[in-house]
Amino acid sequence: MTLARRFTRRELLMRLGIVFNGIAGVIVAVPIVRYLLAPVTRERKVGYDSWIPLGNLEQFPSGETRLATYRNPVVNPWDGDTADIACWVCNVDGQMFQVFAINCAHLGCPVRWFPQSSLFMCPCHGGVYYQDGSRASGPPERGLFEYHYRIESGKLLIKAGEMPTPGQAGNIVRNIRTCV
Amino acid sequence: MEHPVPRETASWFYVFGSAAFVVFILQIVTGIMLALIYVPSAGEAWTSLQTLNHNVALGWFIRGLHGWGSNFMVAIVLIHMVQVFLFGAYKYPRELTWIVGVFLLLVTLAMAFTGQVLRFDQDAYWGLGIGASIASRVPLLGPSIVNLMLGGPIIAGATLSRFFALHVFVVPGLLIAFVAVHILMVLKLGINEWPMPGRVVRKATYVQDYHELTKKDGLPFVPSAVWKDLFFAAFILLSIAACAAYFGPFGPSGPPDPTIIQTAPRPDYFFLWLYAVLSLLPPSMETPALLMGPVLVIIALLLLPFIFGEGEKSWRRRPIAVLTILLAAVALGTFTRLAGNAPWSPVMDAWSGIPIPSKFLHDRSALERQGALVFQVKQCHNCHSLGDRGGKRGPALDAVAVRLTYDQLIRQVIQGGGNMPAYGKNLNPAQTTAIVAFLETLRPAGQSPARNASRAIALGSEPAESPLTDR
Repeated sequence: MTLARRFTRRELLMRLGIVFNGIAGVIVAVPIVRYLLAPVTRERKVGYDSWIPLGNLEQFPSGETRLATYRNPVVNPWDGDTADIACWVCNVDGQMFQVFAINCAHLGCPVRWFPQSSLFMCPCHGGVYYQDGSRASGPPERGLFEYHYRIESGKLLIKAGEMPTPGQAGNIVRNIRTCV
Repeated sequence: MEHPVPRETASWFYVFGSAAFVVFILQIVTGIMLALIYVPSAGEAWTSLQTLNHNVALGWFIRGLHGWGSNFMVAIVLIHMVQVFLFGAYKYPRELTWIVGVFLLLVTLAMAFTGQVLRFDQDAYWGLGIGASIASRVPLLGPSIVNLMLGGPIIAGATLSRFFALHVFVVPGLLIAFVAVHILMVLKLGINEWPMPGRVVRKATYVQDYHELTKKDGLPFVPSAVWKDLFFAAFILLSIAACAAYFGPFGPSGPPDPTIIQTAPRPDYFFLWLYAVLSLLPPSMETPALLMGPVLVIIALLLLPFIFGEGEKSWRRRPIAVLTILLAAVALGTFTRLAGNAPWSPVMDAWSGIPIPSKFLHDRSALERQGALVFQVKQCHNCHSLGDRGGKRGPALDAVAVRLTYDQLIRQVIQGGGNMPAYGKNLNPAQTTAIVAFLETLRPAGQSPARNASRAIALGSEPAESPLTDR
């Protein structure tokens, strides 16, 4: 008797309706979640980094560290100035280069180069680095992030495209030779 | 509208919740006003804020109201929370009201942070970089979280768009839902009675006692209690308007162009304490503290009404509760004040912009003055102060010669250590000699420099000053 009451036709239809909505919900939710995760999944397969020219070698005199800027390779028309990224280029000896990210390895603030004392200093929490990018003092736990570089027909190219952060940065090398 | 409340709750201590609600309404209204002009595009946002400030009639005032409103809202929510905590209002049967309140605090802070991002200037840009750097430290998932947070590989258009969606749709939706539940709970359970020492909360009897209290010695909320809420809310609204009119809107500071690196980003007022904590924590503790600290605090707040759901409500009988509030207030106040002058940051232009006070240069030899020049040129002044001017990152050097011997000074300059970079590669021997000669002169009048006693004995002569300070 009670069993018969519980499964009236309308109640059965209501339950079917709930199941039907569940299925519809999942079918709609999957593309929504994939859309939301696009910055992580789909695009990451391709990778964000690519080779970008920083300019002619003459712009970076031997033994000096200069600021260079580039337009990020992954860019939208409405990004404005934010897609212009700066980096520090150190020409070690005319042959060897070191290209450092502008972001402090502590929390990403822009480090400034002081040629007189050959130090990079960060204005936020006081991280300091030597000319070769290694940590000198302050809260950073490591040296500056460094980009891969190569020289092609008189131009300096770096492999970049993603903001380096302390947790990631696996793709960024530390050279053994250093700027003196 | 006959809603009866206990007589003593018609008090000036009970006005903060309603004031927070009124400020929230102000934020909704002014937020919609700003959205009429603001362009959430990385290339245009900064310009549209300039237009609001300068070209739209009273645009600056609406921005001021919204910005000051957010400051007042965070402050009032915190004061409300402290009052509720000290009055024991989180205890039975109002546990859920408290828990929703904790979510309201988190959501309010989320509004504050995302709102700071929408003011898309230099501080917002580098603030996002700091947020990303913190998020990247989450084990395993860090880099993915960064991409998800930024909407791509760098801080750019997609980043601003998603923070706009959060600030305008997602978080306000949560806020409205939580506020509705919060107020419904207060209406249903009744306002917390004034805590009396000795009137102990017991689950078995509380509800009955409360209803007796309101029936026997109650007042209709309207108008007996509400007039104080109304007066206070109006006072707060006028204060926000006065701040907006007098101080004006916040920024925007420089344009969000990451190639402009002559910048020292600072967070907004309510996150200054965090900026201080990030500077002062030992590096090894930073990541665990950043990732686990907030979780632990939130868990503690959520568990509070379940662990201490019964017992005394009066702050007179709850010394640990009072001490907790005092400790939190002193800690937050100290960190905020420290962050105001940020002694851990090098003063980036001290070497070129702040001269050495002349008293440190009078009657000095040519070598010592040459050393003073090295001190400036090598940016020592960025981290070390002289005569209380210059960086505070390292110790003040006004009396360094009393603390360190000649040899110790050389070693410290060359090798660094104790959080100082080594200058060995950057100073030639002549410069080192000169700067140490200058440092040797930095001592109060009449005090001799620190000396290594064993050295004099080893040399077998009478205690001699270091060769350079003989005058």
